[in-house]
Amino acid sequence: MTATQLGRFGPYGGRYVPETLMHALEELASVYDAARNDPRFWAELEALLKNYVGRPTPISAVPRLSAQVGAQILLKREDLNHTGAHKINNTLGQVLLAQRMSKRRIIAETGAGQHGVATATVCARFGLECVVYMGEEDMRRQRLNVYRMELMGATVVPVTSGTRTLKDATNEALRDWVSNVTSTHYIIGSVVGPDPFPRLVRDFQSVIGREARAQMLEQVGRLPSMVVACVGGGSNAMGIFTAFLNDKSVKLVGVEAAGEGMQTQKHAATLGAGRPGVFHGSMSYLLQNADGQVQPAHSVSAGLDYPGVGPEHAYLKDTGRVLYEAVTDREALDAFAALSRLEGILPALESAHAIAWVMQAKRASDELILINLSGRGDKDVAMVAELTGATL
Amino acid sequence: MSENASPIAARWRALGKSRALIPYLTAGFPTFAASLDAIQSVASAGADFIEVGVPFSDPLADGPTIQRTTQTALEHGMTVPRVLELVRKADAPVPVIIMTYLNPVLSYGAQRFAQDAREAGAAGVLLTDLPAGADPAVEQAVTGSSLALIRLVAPTTDDARLRGALAGASGFVYLISRLGVTGARDTVPPDLDAQVQRVRATTRLPVAVGFGIGTPAQAAAAARSADGVVVGSALMDALARDGLSGVQQLTRELAAAVHG
Repeated sequence: MTATQLGRFGPYGGRYVPETLMHALEELASVYDAARNDPRFWAELEALLKNYVGRPTPISAVPRLSAQVGAQILLKREDLNHTGAHKINNTLGQVLLAQRMSKRRIIAETGAGQHGVATATVCARFGLECVVYMGEEDMRRQRLNVYRMELMGATVVPVTSGTRTLKDATNEALRDWVSNVTSTHYIIGSVVGPDPFPRLVRDFQSVIGREARAQMLEQVGRLPSMVVACVGGGSNAMGIFTAFLNDKSVKLVGVEAAGEGMQTQKHAATLGAGRPGVFHGSMSYLLQNADGQVQPAHSVSAGLDYPGVGPEHAYLKDTGRVLYEAVTDREALDAFAALSRLEGILPALESAHAIAWVMQAKRASDELILINLSGRGDKDVAMVAELTGATL
Repeated sequence: MSENASPIAARWRALGKSRALIPYLTAGFPTFAASLDAIQSVASAGADFIEVGVPFSDPLADGPTIQRTTQTALEHGMTVPRVLELVRKADAPVPVIIMTYLNPVLSYGAQRFAQDAREAGAAGVLLTDLPAGADPAVEQAVTGSSLALIRLVAPTTDDARLRGALAGASGFVYLISRLGVTGARDTVPPDLDAQVQRVRATTRLPVAVGFGIGTPAQAAAAARSADGVVVGSALMDALARDGLSGVQQLTRELAAAVHG
């Protein structure tokens, strides 16, 4: 494979970064390629996922929600992972790569704080220095996660530039990496960024779909007719979709954040309303104006509030293998409330977007729908209370 | 156009053994009109080449100064067509190099950008987030026009990459003097001379250094090793603080330091 094809998904992906970072990306790619073919690497990771994270996560039937929708629905319970979301699948994999590169300083960006918490967690576990960049606006929305990171010894750096959200936190993390690249590994939290990050994060997250596919066959006796996941950068979606890509009978649906509505400028539906461009190191769909300036995204969910999207999603959209839809803040908040009341499960506001899309239509009784519940909603309780006028 | 016929090569020949001062200015900061004046001021105050920066919403290789200037320029309505208009109107007496992140160029159309930039009077283009080999189609759009494709190399660029990057370079080589983003620092890196010699061993093109050079003393130190010295953030700070007279004064001092 030549350098120009490396890390491409059709025309998307690639390595669009300042020259200073090229050496680190080449090193990471070569260390990852070696690790990928080393059974000891996977054995170590699998042991950690089992004994530290608590994998495998179950699939749960949700009878009351199913009755309301009319189809049989199951949830893949990534919310039950240690730290409360799927993010730790990736941070554990990457921290093992950082060890192989002898890098003792870790940086990360975070939106909702789940990736920041998952990074702080593995840094504490392995005794590494940890710096997390977080938009000032997101720190306000997710105070609890900021404190969790600090309890685990991480330094959380407020980002005050631009929109003060995930996009600007990522800029600041990349600036740190350019400055400290020889000592530091950047644990990107989603299937975004320059090659090899999109494929590496996908591979670490694909444990979700591998487990879920086997669990469906074993416990339900058939594959789902549809798999649904929310898409911000797109790591939980790639994580669950990858195992089903070759199952032609399984419809795959990615749900983006329509924010205050697709007819407004205040949404984060990159695949629904963007066009291809280069952002944060790769070619993909991008929310941008006519002059190629990146447009601020908006979502009630900090983890989806991002104007870019992983390049493999761009490819899966163009090929038609995955259908990308969007639901509004309002619909996601309603789904958050519904799942809490009907099933006793508080979903992360991100995951609530996937629930909301499934709840939108009356569905056929023979439909078997698997939803990736990518994280738990504890972090969102204060935010939801504020939005609904409740006092805590 | 052959390398020898390019305005950049002609300028280096005219310089002879003298070193070059290469000021960077954010297009449209603080306004279109003031930016036009700034280009003319630095040209008359001793600039040998001028880098004109296209503002971008997410300047991830830039420090606080250029983050601020580009944001201001965008707030004042700067766009790629307006940058080209600025270059055309400035009609600078020295070669102009457009420095830009890739996405505004892709959005405009890479081939169309290269043609229109040349027609506006630019001599070269420098793409901050397009490392050598990352996108041959974009590189061909630039090299297929008569614009010089200025390549950036870094302290982390290993020898194999260095050879590959410089194989397709023209105009001069921009050596990033240190790891990090743009912005003034206290000292010039101690290994700068070794870095420059490493690049010289791989190319016959002139070598300019930038990132973190802001004072006349630093510029003089850098010019002892390199053929050209790029100064950006310090000039933009001067422009923001003291206006046109500030940028002109600093350019004169830098030019004296670099030209020796």
